[in-house]
Amino acid sequence: MMAAFIFVVSVVIFLQFFVFYCRSLIAVSAKQPLSPEVQEVTGIQRAASGDDFKRVMQLLHLCPERPEDRKGIQAVGAYFQLLNLVASTVARWIPSTKSWTDSERGHCTYFAAIALERRISFSREMLAQQMDS
Amino acid sequence: MPGTLQLLVWLLCTLFEIAVIVCALKKGVFRRYALLSIYMGASVVVSLARFRVLTGYGYTSSQYVYVYYYSDALLTIFLYFALANLYAQVLSELKAERHVRFATLFLLAATALFSYGVVHEASTRLISRFVVELSQNLYFVGLVVTYILWGAILKMRETRTQLIQVVLSLGVYFSLFAADYALRNLYPSMRSISIPLQQVIGCFLPLAWAYTFWYIPEDARTVPARLATVSR
Repeated sequence: MMAAFIFVVSVVIFLQFFVFYCRSLIAVSAKQPLSPEVQEVTGIQRAASGDDFKRVMQLLHLCPERPEDRKGIQAVGAYFQLLNLVASTVARWIPSTKSWTDSERGHCTYFAAIALERRISFSREMLAQQMDS
Repeated sequence: MPGTLQLLVWLLCTLFEIAVIVCALKKGVFRRYALLSIYMGASVVVSLARFRVLTGYGYTSSQYVYVYYYSDALLTIFLYFALANLYAQVLSELKAERHVRFATLFLLAATALFSYGVVHEASTRLISRFVVELSQNLYFVGLVVTYILWGAILKMRETRTQLIQVVLSLGVYFSLFAADYALRNLYPSMRSISIPLQQVIGCFLPLAWAYTFWYIPEDARTVPARLATVSR
């Protein structure tokens, strides 16, 4: 009984902390501007749309991986899936949540675009180091 | 001997723990988050000790299970001190260091007394169910304390992004572990996957902290209320 109670409470609090943590990751990247080059590659000119997330992630996976940002990208990817689930279930009954999920999905796309920018500059640095040596 | 995947997870987790200390030192936040960094140092030592027992006695041996769960309980108690340090930072304006110190000692004494009570009650099943129950309760208390700290952050309008991310990742870590232990307690047959699952979950905290120390500038600010509310 005690274990079941702890399990349910832990899962509920986990969901809260997980959403807040992902939003804090996204909030930090939202303050960084996208370079014109990445804007052109991703097609994000002004506001990012959730529909572009999959495409930006595909571009991200083409670049050499950086272990430091792997967990953040995975966490935001899971958050994006959670938002999709909310959009396809809860938003049907409560239409006001649809605009919120759309905006959050757009923020996830922007986060992925910032991660792409970091990976591109990381690849450039690696290439420059190789050229020097 | 452990499998390749288990070895890889162990190695990655230990490297991430070392990375937290390196990132904290390199970015000049070691003193601010001294207890968190020392906790990570203790985790590295425990990781090495576990590996020694693992290679000496084997993955399914009672020695490994004993060392794993008891070192885990000790590390969790150590993490309480780190949490107290975070409380002191959030409540620094209230000059509440003394109260925080008192509350930490009280919590530790209560946890120790509770643990003693459970040991006394369950001395015949010391390794099997007792340690799981103890760890489950320790993580759950940690989760509740972190949740209260998050409430204090919202109430005090704390805006330091580093501190906010450290606390939120700690909340994710505690809740995942508490849920995992509770599930393990509900279904004891899940023991075979419980430890590997915990090792994977265990990688989350050092990686999240290393990311925070490395990428988030010390003067970065976030409004926590914005993270907790749904914008319309």
